[in-house]
Amino acid sequence: MADNGYLPTVVVLSGGLSHERDVSLRSGRRVSQALRSRGYEVVESDVDTSLLSRLAELSGSVVFPVLHGEAGEDGSLREVFDLLGVPFVGSIGSACRVAFDKSIATTVIGAAGIRTPTQVALPYETFRELGAQVLVRALGDQLGFPMMVKPSRCGSALGCSKVTRPEELPAAMVGAYAYGSVAVIEEFIEGTEVTVAVVDRGRGPIALPAVEIRPESGVYDYTARYTAGATRFLCPAELDPDVANSCADAALRVHGALGLRDLSRTDLILTSDGEPVFLEVNVSPGMTETSAVPLAIETAGWSLGKMCADLVHAASARGGKTDPLRASIGAR
Amino acid sequence: MLERLRRQDTRLDDYIDRYAARAHGMTASAIRALFAVANRPEVVSLAGGMPNITDLPLDVVGDALNDLVLHDGRRAMQYGSGQGEPAIREAICEVMRLEDISAHPDDVMVTVGSQQGLDLLTRIFCNPGDVVLCEAPSYVGALGVFRSYQCEVVHVAMDDQGLNPEALTEAIEALRAAGRTVKFFYTIPSYHNPAGVTQPLDRRIELLRIAEQADLLVVEDNPYGLLGFDGDPIPPLRSLNDDHVIYLGSFSKTFAPGFRVGWVLAPHAVREKLVLAQEAATLCPPVFSQYAVTAYLMNHDWRGQIKIFREMYRERRDAMMAGLTSHMPAGTSWTKPEGGFFVWLSLPPGIDSHAMLPRAVTARVAYVPGTAFYADGLGSRHMRLSYCFPTPERIIEGTRRLGEVLEYEARMLEIFGTAVEPESGRLALGPREAPGPDQT
Repeated sequence: MADNGYLPTVVVLSGGLSHERDVSLRSGRRVSQALRSRGYEVVESDVDTSLLSRLAELSGSVVFPVLHGEAGEDGSLREVFDLLGVPFVGSIGSACRVAFDKSIATTVIGAAGIRTPTQVALPYETFRELGAQVLVRALGDQLGFPMMVKPSRCGSALGCSKVTRPEELPAAMVGAYAYGSVAVIEEFIEGTEVTVAVVDRGRGPIALPAVEIRPESGVYDYTARYTAGATRFLCPAELDPDVANSCADAALRVHGALGLRDLSRTDLILTSDGEPVFLEVNVSPGMTETSAVPLAIETAGWSLGKMCADLVHAASARGGKTDPLRASIGAR
Repeated sequence: MLERLRRQDTRLDDYIDRYAARAHGMTASAIRALFAVANRPEVVSLAGGMPNITDLPLDVVGDALNDLVLHDGRRAMQYGSGQGEPAIREAICEVMRLEDISAHPDDVMVTVGSQQGLDLLTRIFCNPGDVVLCEAPSYVGALGVFRSYQCEVVHVAMDDQGLNPEALTEAIEALRAAGRTVKFFYTIPSYHNPAGVTQPLDRRIELLRIAEQADLLVVEDNPYGLLGFDGDPIPPLRSLNDDHVIYLGSFSKTFAPGFRVGWVLAPHAVREKLVLAQEAATLCPPVFSQYAVTAYLMNHDWRGQIKIFREMYRERRDAMMAGLTSHMPAGTSWTKPEGGFFVWLSLPPGIDSHAMLPRAVTARVAYVPGTAFYADGLGSRHMRLSYCFPTPERIIEGTRRLGEVLEYEARMLEIFGTAVEPESGRLALGPREAPGPDQT
């Protein structure tokens, strides 16, 4: 469609009801601005009960989900778009469902031959059934300290803790369960923190230059992520070419193994011997002023507007799966 | 391709090395970000303190503003006096008379909300490192001001009758013995934010006696004084003492916050300094807003409007009390406000209001964790509940949801033991952990 000079209206979805609503709103504003700079008409929309009728009215539009956290990244909304034949940017629902859950994604990635941290995923009921004291001790014995505790399905480092002593573990568990019913407890991997975006602009996925993350506080937590100046970013990361290539290769393999589409961001830890260890993957990476992906895009010599436009173009060309349903929603 | 790229080495803030030390605490907060969700209609927000102006007669306000622009627009849209316009200062004295405060318009300075009054007072009195005494807990906006001027806040214990006078005496003595400079004591005697308690008259007299004896300046913040539900208002501190009390007033709760009109009533010498500070900060407080508020006061039964607001807030307070009684688990207690907007809830030992906020938001109810109201990291066993904005039905639903979250927390506590660290263990983040002014 865009080949003929026609630019579809883009519905940039941001906000939602997840814990990351604030971040999503900021990402959404930036993506909207980038698309407008390329001449697109952009409708910024929250996720609410009027969304589907709004989409029905905007026939021929493409949805660009910039939602972080549940609903946006767990695949549920994308399944609805697929069902309704609404073209959208990004991975399909089933792939998101796997990617969003850190525990399940880690298992898939491990099976694909990429090193992953040793981890367990436990709902809080397990601690009740087996006894927290015994289980906490077992976790310490098996994983050692320090260890990481995080919610299985959440982003922006919310609910994540580095636990250095056994007595810190219960509070860390409670902190993780505040964001979801399943927590991942995993070995802490010492190393360099890098993140690699993978983008497919219609000619196959390519890895953008790795971004090295050096938080001033030593911890890349929510404050370090969203306070300008709190983290030092190096892009491309200060890595030997071989190591940089292995990071890019890991991110591409993650993207492929999980069946992701258009855009993803893989977070890795590089061990002292240069081996990338998979931490997590994001199907809707942050696009805020302090996010890593826009920095990688800029370093690659692209513009955020061009990249977003290319993704919209690809989604528009793909079209929706079942266009007729869209009309039926509008008729209700 | 990678080798050819020019490396960016950036902290994404080109100004990072230029900020003043006082800006160092201005960082993003995960807790504050959660309040973005609280504004969604699915969430019952008992968090923000936005005045409920649903009952404000917009036709009356509209007519007054229309007349103002047509008949006095050129003056109303011009620069004005740094001290504030004479007409509104006279009207302010009239408002204060309702609470037995006798004042001359010359001693009043108009501010951009009482928040600016607090800012200017701190600016003219406090050097970095000076001590400001505050109640425990205290108004989050005040803590933010004191922090931005690099003051050290020392909290003074309260009970269900407000400030504990013995604790105040002890704090003054201990600080002075340690060679510290205590610049003033900041207090909200009526319908306290966040504690929801009110100092009775004998406490006020005792507090003033201590202040006089210690030659301590008292800053009295009284935004809710006219919003009492039962009987006559208790005399403000300023009505009992002219010398040691600087008084902050506001139209935000008795009219509307959007005009941003408040005031400071201060002894002459202090007022002179405040006016110079005001001129340095803003040249003059917004003239149009002052004219608008004056027009409203002259053309509308504002006393009757305050009664309407009072009844509306009373109905919501009653809903909150009923909801808490029905839905709070054993071991929870709360204050019973006789006016104002807020209830202070105390949780069973081991339950942390800060840690459980994400779960509450998932359950579609929001509150402000107690840690927001302390400068020293305490307060995790408490939360502030606001009843000013939601309907009574939504308030009751909110307490029901909160009750369920607390039950879940109790189960977590049972499983993991006292997971929460003692109250002294938390990093002091206070003012960053409250909703913004535009959040309900």
